[in-house]
Amino acid sequence: MANKPISEMGLPKSIANVFAARNIITAKDALSLSEFELMELLDVGFEEVMLAVAHISEITCPPYNTAMSLLEQRNQNEYLAGHLPTRLKGVDAALCGGIPFGVVTELVGPAGIGKTQFCLKLALLASLPTSYGGLGGRVIYVDVESKFSSRRMIEMGFSSFPEIFHTEGLAQEMAGRVLVLRPASLLSFVDSLQQIRVSLLQHHVKLLIIDSMAALTSGRIWPGTPRHHPLGWHISFIKSLAECCRIPVVVTNQVRSQVRDEASRYIFQVQSRTDTMEDPSKFDSHLVAALGIHWAHAVSIRLVLESRSGQRLIKIAKSSISPSVGFFFNITSSGISLLSDEGVEMMGPEANTIHCQGLI
Amino acid sequence: MEVSSLPISASHRGKLISAGYSSLSSLSSVSPSKLAQDLKISENEVLEILKVVSARKWVDKIENRSHAIMNGAQTAWDILHEEESSICITTSCSDLDEILGGGIRCKEVTEIGGVPGIGKTQLGIQLAVNVQIPADYGGLGGKAIYIDTEGSFMVERASQIAEACAEDMLEYNSLLRKDSQACRVDKPPKAFMDNIFYFRICTYTEQIAVVNYLEKFINEHKDIKIVIIDSITFHFRQEFEDMALRTRLLSGMALKLMKLAKKFNLAVVLLNQVTTKYNEGSFQLTLALGDSWAHASTNRIILYWNGNERYAYIDKSPSMRSASAPYAVTSRGIRNSASNCKRVKLM
Repeated sequence: MANKPISEMGLPKSIANVFAARNIITAKDALSLSEFELMELLDVGFEEVMLAVAHISEITCPPYNTAMSLLEQRNQNEYLAGHLPTRLKGVDAALCGGIPFGVVTELVGPAGIGKTQFCLKLALLASLPTSYGGLGGRVIYVDVESKFSSRRMIEMGFSSFPEIFHTEGLAQEMAGRVLVLRPASLLSFVDSLQQIRVSLLQHHVKLLIIDSMAALTSGRIWPGTPRHHPLGWHISFIKSLAECCRIPVVVTNQVRSQVRDEASRYIFQVQSRTDTMEDPSKFDSHLVAALGIHWAHAVSIRLVLESRSGQRLIKIAKSSISPSVGFFFNITSSGISLLSDEGVEMMGPEANTIHCQGLI
Repeated sequence: MEVSSLPISASHRGKLISAGYSSLSSLSSVSPSKLAQDLKISENEVLEILKVVSARKWVDKIENRSHAIMNGAQTAWDILHEEESSICITTSCSDLDEILGGGIRCKEVTEIGGVPGIGKTQLGIQLAVNVQIPADYGGLGGKAIYIDTEGSFMVERASQIAEACAEDMLEYNSLLRKDSQACRVDKPPKAFMDNIFYFRICTYTEQIAVVNYLEKFINEHKDIKIVIIDSITFHFRQEFEDMALRTRLLSGMALKLMKLAKKFNLAVVLLNQVTTKYNEGSFQLTLALGDSWAHASTNRIILYWNGNERYAYIDKSPSMRSASAPYAVTSRGIRNSASNCKRVKLM
């Protein structure tokens, strides 16, 4: 919409010609200048500029929906009103059905906790035919660290759905729906993203998994201005992929050590030196999610996997529809299974802290 | 009144001045054909210029004749009356309403920022529902525009909050208004959802376009009383090498939003993200978009964690003092913090 050429917007001929003569071709060019700048540049009166800008804005602005019509669309057109069930009862209940469509869900946790296992299970669930409760579509799995194991995925399938998988050829059909991409660098990842966008609609892709996002940006020397967030454009792109195709996008993230003076307070929160020294939470958890606060704002659902005294815990740390709750889990032959469907309530910012105790 | 400040095209202005017409009075006595000859432009263009001139002159006449000392000014007493009779939009948390002086005010731009997961979108959705509370229950009975730049608006959550609000209204009705059965106003949750107009914005160009388009939209749809932008930051944090352009665009947008708030008597709520800033030897959290943006809003509220509780802090307000209040995000929406009551029930 932003790149729509002004010549196609139905402006009166005279003013449209003036825009073109001054090399203002798209809506983006026109709206990036203030009305006075346009007046000077185009050499036309204020009234005319105001009318032209109002017209361009109206055409560029996307159409509106009432919240009611959105809800009705979701309920009518989408599987389970737009959710992919994870088959973990407690998690699905907390997430109002499962991993939501159209938004980015993040899995973050220390190494070896089970993020890739979770992703494999989700890929399996999405490729199941709809008659068995899956999404019946293709899955694109972007495997950056070469951790994808199709043997493990099929093992999960046999273990969780024994009656289905013993049917002749079903395993092959479902494994055939999972497409694994292994980009060697961020640049080839960007190329793949462009390809993905085209193929998403054509080939009934129902799930996109990126494992892991942090690995793509680590160890890479960035040319250009250091002020720039290297993932800025990619974040928007992935979100827009999720939204226009209405599919769930699951991204895994790594953890990194917390720097001593990590910013966690506002200027009006006065903290005396002694308090900072004795703050027990600082000793306990020295891990934070990688990729920074900009990424943290961009994801809609954040699931934190951690380990406390050898017990693995999956917490819903950020979600607009669920309370902060955690579930203890184990890794079994059928993937992840919860020890109990009754969650443990997470108080306050505890949901966002990441522990790694007792995990060998 | 000088010709050099007329809102006409630069070349016309230049021609007028070089032909010797530097003040409006000099244009009043000249005929259009003579002017066309002097300036070497067509008669139609001259007529356009004279139209602008006469519009400006009419405004001048009003200035001289009006009883107020200055055109467009309002006395402080009138403003006080207006403010006292205006209704605020409640946040459903009485502690928060108290430090805000009643709630979110109309005719003002309020910026709300915080770390991810603190409840900014929750507050935005709660306000979009609460603005629709009918006047009989002390609300504005208006409609809401929700401009979503990040895709964080979840319809299921809006539906939950709307249902809870409708239930609360019914409860209020049965508890306190047993005598006046006649004026019962029933508002089903569906009605709440019908009155939230949702725009999904994917680039900063679309963001500027929608702010420009709002004036026409609000003229067509009466009763819009709140515009929520969630979040104002997202598209301006990336793809901008030219920081000066970013500042210009943001301040232009802020001015337009302020104008909208004043003209249509509605509240504008902007949700912002956080970033880190190096200040006095350590890194601290602060709202994004920089120091010049900090001046754009009338009120600034920062949401933060204090121990295990969510707090809101009034960072900037012309009429309320800086204070903090706790609040909670429950399955029914934003409510008072239940620090010594029963724990929040899981769904």
